[in-house]
Amino acid sequence: MNNGEERRLNGEVEEDDEDDEETNGGLAAWERAYADERSWESLQEDESGLLRPIDNQSLHHAQYRRRLRAASTSRIQKGLIRYLYIVIDFSKAASEMDFRPSRMGVVAKHVEAFIREFFYQNPLSQVGLVSIKDGVAHILTDLGGSPESHVKAVMGKLECSGDASLQNALDLVHGYLNQIPTYGHREVLILYSALSTCDPGDIMETIQKCKKSKIRCSVIGLSAEIFICKHLCQETGGLYYIALDEPHLKDLILEHAPPPPAIAEFAIANLIKMGFPQRAAESSVAICSCHKEAKVGDGYTCPRCKARVCELPTECRICGLTLISSPHLARSYHHLFPIVPFDEVSLSLFIDQQNKLPKACFGCQQSLLGPGNKPSLCVACPKCQQLFCLDCDIYIHESLHNCPGCESTRHSKIPTANEGG
Amino acid sequence: MASAPSKLYADDVSLLMVLLDTNPFFWSSSSLPFSKFLSHVLTFLNSILLLNQLNQIVVLLRATIQAGGFVIKDEQLIKEGSGEGIPSSLLSGSLSMALCYIQRVFRSGPLHPQPRILCLQGSSDGPEQYVAIMNAIFSAQRSMVPIDSCYMGSNNSAFLQQASYITGGVYLKPQQPNGLLQYLTTVFATDLHSRAFLQLPKSAGVDFRASCFCHKKTIDTGYICSVCLSIFCKHHKKCSTCGSVFGQAQSESSTTNRKRKASDT
Ligand SMILES: [Zn+2]
Ligand SMILES: [Zn+2]
Ligand SMILES: [Zn+2]
Ligand SMILES: [Zn+2]
Ligand SMILES: [Zn+2]
Ligand SMILES: [Zn+2]
Repeated sequence: MNNGEERRLNGEVEEDDEDDEETNGGLAAWERAYADERSWESLQEDESGLLRPIDNQSLHHAQYRRRLRAASTSRIQKGLIRYLYIVIDFSKAASEMDFRPSRMGVVAKHVEAFIREFFYQNPLSQVGLVSIKDGVAHILTDLGGSPESHVKAVMGKLECSGDASLQNALDLVHGYLNQIPTYGHREVLILYSALSTCDPGDIMETIQKCKKSKIRCSVIGLSAEIFICKHLCQETGGLYYIALDEPHLKDLILEHAPPPPAIAEFAIANLIKMGFPQRAAESSVAICSCHKEAKVGDGYTCPRCKARVCELPTECRICGLTLISSPHLARSYHHLFPIVPFDEVSLSLFIDQQNKLPKACFGCQQSLLGPGNKPSLCVACPKCQQLFCLDCDIYIHESLHNCPGCESTRHSKIPTANEGG
Repeated sequence: MASAPSKLYADDVSLLMVLLDTNPFFWSSSSLPFSKFLSHVLTFLNSILLLNQLNQIVVLLRATIQAGGFVIKDEQLIKEGSGEGIPSSLLSGSLSMALCYIQRVFRSGPLHPQPRILCLQGSSDGPEQYVAIMNAIFSAQRSMVPIDSCYMGSNNSAFLQQASYITGGVYLKPQQPNGLLQYLTTVFATDLHSRAFLQLPKSAGVDFRASCFCHKKTIDTGYICSVCLSIFCKHHKKCSTCGSVFGQAQSESSTTNRKRKASDT
């Protein structure tokens, strides 16, 4: 459990990396990647010439820049309703052991994490899984909104054999994505291990077909860059990256979880009819339409046909109405009202002003003075001018999506007496 | 209290973040005077500290325009005169601050007290804080911090009901405000581990219906802008939030899609 520091050095601030710990703990020392062992690289010389372990500031900066970049694009509309096919390469190349235990195992593990993260961030979107092996593509799961069925398929039988065929996979996915409603964003994420593709026809035609259908194809390679993948991504507006090692692969996959910037002509704006079901009373008994089982309490009633469903969001099995709850929509609202990036300030500036300003982080109340009363780096919200420590800065922008300072000084414009109280 | 060696933290050590609503608009009209309310709360806080010597309490006050601010830590209580009040208190700000503080506790190492948030609120919900409060709720859910709420107002608070439901906390609206201490000690005093063995008040139903952006009317079926997810009660030509112009009237979008699906395959 003591790899909290290590984790921060890797530049990751994830709350949920239990699986990370598992892998580090499960490997013997000689199996661990060399990169982690270069301990001399994490040393830094301070002013007095002493060697100290590097503080996470430089890494923080990298992250900060990445976030700034993300924030600057956030004015652009996001494609919030996504239809994504994840294509996993289970050809012979996926059994290679350069990733441990094998490429296939590593990919499956991170796809599972990705699916959960994807549905957390895109509650109204759908995912389907496709596998490529023996030169053909198979549908593992149909497009659907429930993470469990996909996770079960990924964690199920894992075998790899034969060659990979990019064209077959694209043809299959294209056939399905062509049917989805026009307001949806069509995406394909291909996790490709092979260094070649074994196709029955002209793949260039297939790529043009995908381009015409406005399917955004992204590829994450596990071995080396291949021209055809690069061409595919360039043509369709997707991203192409090669994973260097496992943490990098994880980052690359998770980069696809937040909604991509919407490209206006890719999806036509539309109004979608939706139902907001009420939660059924605790004691009521009904047969649910999804599992066909009698259940007590715990469920929602479709407002149009009064059928009972167990989980939201879903599509009513009886009348086809999309059923969601308002918190599902609220989960996406931070994309619409993004929080501005904070400005870096040096605290010494403030201390000169006769100690008037608080020297503690406005969020967590931690002192902003580093060891030896030396002011450490901190950030200020450009709107409310409150100071925050770097940890809070990351937390506020990556998870909370609220500025505590602005929220505490919000000027309420409704001076009427409170009706309820 | 924080000086105790961290090795002693067991699963029943709590960090209780209390968000006190000191909105004078509410308390001047409340049946329970504020001073009485405070004495109930103080007794409750002292009993928490007595339950386990490692328990920690942080109290945030909110009411004034300069709301929040960590006024009390552990046992020292400084009463802060609440100057200018505003009708709905700033729940979003104090929730956000509490969550930042809890993240700092999480950062402090693998052994830390179990944090939870208790909202003691009287004033009604401020609709303009909706997005911010929901953001805070989802962040709390992600870090598995339950938000308990004790609502003293006359109607139920939809925000607090959702907060407690989503994060797995307890929502309570005391029937007899004069017996507040009794409610607090029986429902909110137990640590998270022991809660599994208790029969705590069940949620009486949470209203998850949405309200439309155009009339703020609660609806059970409506239209959603596919670009920004704004909610409308009837079909519009243009989205008032993001400005997208919608295509042909697709009143029954889901059924037409089905038909198209069927004809394509
Ligand atoms: Zn069911
Ligand atoms: Zn229905
Ligand atoms: Zn901080
Ligand atoms: Zn601010
Ligand atoms: Zn309306
Ligand atoms: Zn819109």
